[in-house]
Amino acid sequence: MSLSSTSKIADLLEKNETELLRNWLTELEASGLRRDDLMRSTELNQQCHEFLRMFRSAAQHENFSDVQAPEWGSVRQLLTDISRDRAQQGFTSSEVATFIFSFKKPLFDQLKRELAQQNDLLVESIWTVTDVLDQLGLWTTEVFQQAREKVILRQQQELLELSTPVVKLWEGILALPMIGTLDSARTQVVMETLLQQIVETGSQVVIIDITGVPTVDTLVAQYLLKTVEAARLMGTDCIISGIRPQIAQTIVHLGLDLSGVITKATLADAFAIALKKRQLTIVSKASQSV
Amino acid sequence: MPILETITILDSADIVRVRQKVRSQTVALGFGLVDQTKIVTAASEIARNTLDYGGGGSVTLEVLESAHRVGLRLTFTDQGAGIANIELALQNGYTTGSGLGLGLGGAKRLMHEFEITSEVGKGTCVTTVRWRQ
Amino acid sequence: MERIPILQMGQFLLVTIQVDMHDRLALALQDDLTDRIVKTSASGVLIDISSLEIVDSFIGRVLGNIATVSQLLGTETVIVGMQPAIAITLVELGLSLSGVRTAANIDAGMRLLQISLGAPFHGGLDANP
Ligand SMILES: Nc1ncnc2c1ncn2[C@@H]1O[C@H](COP(=O)(O)OP(=O)(O)OP(=O)(O)O)[C@@H](O)[C@H]1O
Ligand SMILES: [Mg+2]
Repeated sequence: MSLSSTSKIADLLEKNETELLRNWLTELEASGLRRDDLMRSTELNQQCHEFLRMFRSAAQHENFSDVQAPEWGSVRQLLTDISRDRAQQGFTSSEVATFIFSFKKPLFDQLKRELAQQNDLLVESIWTVTDVLDQLGLWTTEVFQQAREKVILRQQQELLELSTPVVKLWEGILALPMIGTLDSARTQVVMETLLQQIVETGSQVVIIDITGVPTVDTLVAQYLLKTVEAARLMGTDCIISGIRPQIAQTIVHLGLDLSGVITKATLADAFAIALKKRQLTIVSKASQSV
Repeated sequence: MPILETITILDSADIVRVRQKVRSQTVALGFGLVDQTKIVTAASEIARNTLDYGGGGSVTLEVLESAHRVGLRLTFTDQGAGIANIELALQNGYTTGSGLGLGLGGAKRLMHEFEITSEVGKGTCVTTVRWRQ
Repeated sequence: MERIPILQMGQFLLVTIQVDMHDRLALALQDDLTDRIVKTSASGVLIDISSLEIVDSFIGRVLGNIATVSQLLGTETVIVGMQPAIAITLVELGLSLSGVRTAANIDAGMRLLQISLGAPFHGGLDANP
């Protein structure tokens, strides 16, 4: 790229800023990106304005065509912020990319007008600008994708917390029926929730029922034991019920020490122990009346 | 990356100060309560080693920030006796003092990244990071 | 030097730790408690840590020492009210305080002490005709 095309572009951006901005906004509106339902139009104006200003100052440098160069730092930061915001606001990735791509037409129009007599320079300038805007567009979608993934991850986490209910079986007795395959991330969330619930309900006994869990790996088994230990430090007894033969073998195989943990075959057995610990008995009415 | 502050560690009141500063930074960075507690505890362990075995030193708090994640980095330095065998020092139960020998290995388990450089007679530097989940 | 206050409630001693203890303060508490156990021949000690935000290996060790020393003097110690975040952290640290008795709150701790003293106890749901 020759210096003349770069300086031409910088020059043109400087001279026609107001007009470029107006045309760009019109273009955005036509493309349907002005989503008044998702964001205010003043916010969009502001973002376009700021982008133009930074784009212009980046265009004054030699590294114009390399958007990873330090001169482009502030533009990249701006686009990062914009993409993240839009990911939160619920825009799609093409809507976010359109923000950049829709700037092409106004800029090309302007270049055509300015360089009508200099064909070579015009072609070169358009090529340079296309290249740069494409890179920026890609950057935007990349950041957007990452931000989306984060949003999704957070939603999954929230769902996770909902999907493992801690139930109060009796005054002072909590149960956590776990169902499905446990991975370590899920186990950690569940266990932290359980310990929090212990405090909130003031429970003295907790039953972790893993009847519905087909297998556990090392990490999950360790988390289970750590939870029992943590609960003990908080003054709460833990009972693990429903350990399947396969899981029992895993535990033995891993050499994990279950000696300090009360284990029972079924949730019912565990509940009986829990009642006993709470000094409660269940008496049938018939036997009571004798 | 922005350096937040450097705290000198010269007596046991400074360890409390380190805990408080680390706590408020983790709160400011949006760490959850369990994560906050883990970082503060790790900081307390390493700061005490800096005091007891390093003869005093300092810790620097830094924010790490990229497009994907945010973290807090703690760098402890001292000009003390140094650690001859780092692997051994990290083992649970190993102590040359009167402790339980849990501090160093425990701090490592509480953090995401953990690095010790040490030279006998020159001093020790422990750098550790925890990322916000 | 500042000190952590020790209250006497009947046959029990109650300590409520509310400040982030520096090492010397923790050691002073250990000494003070030992003195008081001997002087009062208290039959139980309750240490309420529900407002503590952090327990590291040093404070953990002091708590463990208090329990061991009191036991040698014929007194039970119960640590009450440890927050979940601290419990999780201590387990990760490798400090499970296995010789120390624990309870969810002062009431539960008191009941625990009464049971181990063999005293009869009464309380809402626990009343067992
Ligand atoms: N900054 C340091 N300078 C020199 N030696 C150190 C330093 N930090 C740790 N060490 C050495 O590593 C050993 C293990 O440290 P660690 O923190 O695990 O245990 P501890 O401090 O002895 O006991 P605890 O932390 O459980 O109270 C120490 O006993 C000491 O010999
Ligand atoms: Mg130590």
